[in-house]
Amino acid sequence: MLFTALCLTFIVFFLTNLEPNLEKLAKTEGNFRMSDEAVQSWLSDRGYTDNTFVKFGRWMGVAPGWETVKEDGTVLRQCRDAKLPEEDRATYCGVLQGDWGYSLRFKTDVSNVISERLGATGKLMFFVMIFMVPMALIVGVLAGMREGSGLDRSLSTFSIATTATPEYVSGVIFIAVFSSSAVGLKWFKGSATSALEDITFENFTLPVLTIALYGMGYVARMTRASMTEVMTAQFIRTARLKGVSFRNIVLKHALRNALIAPFTVIMLQFPWLLNGVVIVETLFNYKGFGWALVEAASNNDIELLLAVSVVSVAVVLITQLISDIGYVYLNPRIRVS
Amino acid sequence: MEPLTWTGGLGTVLDPIFFLAAGLLAVSLVLQVILAYAAPSGRAQINPDGTIAADTGPYGMVSRASMYLLLLLIATVLAYIAVGAVLGPNGAGIVGGLARRLLPVWIALVLLYAVSIAYKRKLGLYGKLFDSTVGMIGFGLVMFWVFVGVFGAMDLIITHQPLDVVSGMKNKVPGTPLRGAEDGDYAWYLLGGDNLARDVFSRIVKGAWEVIKIAPFATLFAFMVGITLGLPAAYYGGWLDMLISFLANLILAFPVILLFYLLVTPEISAVGVPKYMAMFLFAFPIIFAAVLLNSRYHTQPSLRTPLMVIVLGLLIYGYLVMVSDGGYLLDTRRGDAKGYTFPGLPSALDFFDMPPGILVVFVSVVFVNSPTVFRIVRGLALDIKTRDYVAAAQTRGEGPWYIMLWEILPNARGPLIVDFCLRIGYTTILLGTLGFFGLGLPPDSPDWGTTINDGRKLLSIYPHAAIFPAVSLLTLVLGLNLLADGLREESLKD
Repeated sequence: MLFTALCLTFIVFFLTNLEPNLEKLAKTEGNFRMSDEAVQSWLSDRGYTDNTFVKFGRWMGVAPGWETVKEDGTVLRQCRDAKLPEEDRATYCGVLQGDWGYSLRFKTDVSNVISERLGATGKLMFFVMIFMVPMALIVGVLAGMREGSGLDRSLSTFSIATTATPEYVSGVIFIAVFSSSAVGLKWFKGSATSALEDITFENFTLPVLTIALYGMGYVARMTRASMTEVMTAQFIRTARLKGVSFRNIVLKHALRNALIAPFTVIMLQFPWLLNGVVIVETLFNYKGFGWALVEAASNNDIELLLAVSVVSVAVVLITQLISDIGYVYLNPRIRVS
Repeated sequence: MEPLTWTGGLGTVLDPIFFLAAGLLAVSLVLQVILAYAAPSGRAQINPDGTIAADTGPYGMVSRASMYLLLLLIATVLAYIAVGAVLGPNGAGIVGGLARRLLPVWIALVLLYAVSIAYKRKLGLYGKLFDSTVGMIGFGLVMFWVFVGVFGAMDLIITHQPLDVVSGMKNKVPGTPLRGAEDGDYAWYLLGGDNLARDVFSRIVKGAWEVIKIAPFATLFAFMVGITLGLPAAYYGGWLDMLISFLANLILAFPVILLFYLLVTPEISAVGVPKYMAMFLFAFPIIFAAVLLNSRYHTQPSLRTPLMVIVLGLLIYGYLVMVSDGGYLLDTRRGDAKGYTFPGLPSALDFFDMPPGILVVFVSVVFVNSPTVFRIVRGLALDIKTRDYVAAAQTRGEGPWYIMLWEILPNARGPLIVDFCLRIGYTTILLGTLGFFGLGLPPDSPDWGTTINDGRKLLSIYPHAAIFPAVSLLTLVLGLNLLADGLREESLKD
């Protein structure tokens, strides 16, 4: 798992530090009419022309940071502590030392940007989860407890329809119906920018609904499948023959067994939810983590893009781990020996 | 000229029926769901001849009512289309205009359904699709967009060119007549104009072609890659399996949008990464075909050799045509002489250059899809590997590739076909995502994602420019999902 994380980080590092990216960086930071030689010297002054592995080591904080003394005596250092006295300056300043670099787009430390934006997205995800998980489980259990019934068919069609609606489609439809002046309902706001300071029902419903709907259908279908499987099991038949009421069979006997599979599915939904977050934050102009990703990528903000990628990959890997552990913990048939 | 209303004169007759049927249907569906739990089951009645008949009670009545209402609704929609196509925009408003423009599509659909239903018993799984209502609806939606795309590409349906700008038509609502239309021009913007005064309807039709020409092929390539890697991984196991699974998991750990933002940028294209990926990924169909034919026919060299030469020759030629560009397989020279080249197919033989934007999009979509396909194929093959017929083939002394491709693969076809349909839908969603973020495709491309992205800026004032492409994408993906559901149902019946 650590090896996977390391590989992924390296791939991202490689892809963001390609030569054309660096050239563009030099030109935006220096000036646009730089000659090729000037670009090269700008890059080599800042350690960008070294071997990729060395650069990666520096970024990670396992290799000493670059330091260039210019002819006029100014010192350029990777560690942004050139103002400190000589003896206080650090040699290693990478991710391991907690230094994620400097964001050119937001003109501040990357770690500040990440923590702030992640907090905003955390709020969004929290509400999405609160809405999505219970709804998906209820829909799935209701559909699965009597396979083939009218309720099952309508709910299954509903979940198929939601999985067929990507966020940018449902978001557009929601905005057009609920907040445009053309239809005239105007129940909610089409932008969630104000939700950063103050979450209200009016500005946060549509983004949450948009992300939740797409994820919900999939979880509901998984819940339905596992519920129908449990409902045909022997112990349910025994309970029926004993004369247990249908409500008690569902609530006391079937439900706990049927919820094992959806748990792992919910956890594995995180990569999809991250996608949804990027789309919805762009669509509703909510300045969170996904918005930061788009901004970093479109402004060639290499260090921010790297940090965003590493964080999102880490989130995915951690949720996979939680899902594996949770599966073992929930399912009595699997025991770690 | 008057602006068109939605249904024109036709609406005075059909609109009340339509809304009444739709409203009643909604009510009866809700009732049906409630009654499924609340109503007592019907009483059993003993007939004079000794048989027992159970009457279905109020639930049965409601469900029959909702079925008739659904039929009525479908009949009304068909009437809108049929009468609308006859009356045209002057008699039946926007609906009539649309129905008239889409006439080739209706004819093709009716022909397809008539032929398919007439011969459905002889058509295998495809024919069985016509036994399931859900599958038929899904297939209808999919084929509707396929025909729209194909006829749209032949310029049969569109009313204006997708890039034509007509002055005074900026952000106009659906049905606005063209200002200063001349004789040859179509007199209305049926679905309105977008923020650059282009016709929304024609752009949707052209956008359908963008999807139809990329999504199925990208999915097919992803399946080739997934199958060619997944079968040996499952069959041999061991370090090969570990290695490929590790690589697949690496790709799967990226959120898709992040991967797109890393892969589909002009900088990456300048280094030639998409070209390398194309050269790698497009090789899989050749490997697949070579192994497939060789494992089957290697005992009959007289048949095998000519067959292989023809098939592989065509495939390799196709590969070179797809990959090479202006005489080079790879050309990273940018302006100055920096960079390097690989010579490829000479330009004289290269009749088709894939536009670089499309290539990047195609390759990244294949790249994102193939690890998932790999996991599915691997899972299926691990299961089938333990069956008796595989053991029998091993005992017969068949080679490993014969067993993989001619014993395991055909027996995994059911779930794979279903997943193929679902995955085309997912690919469509991915293409839309790329367009939505303005990645890869040119900014004036008529594909639905780009159109939605263009339209969303004025969404709260003029929703029509974004909402019609959004609904189109929704119906196509929904159709593919329903089709997959129908196929799954029918293939489980065997």
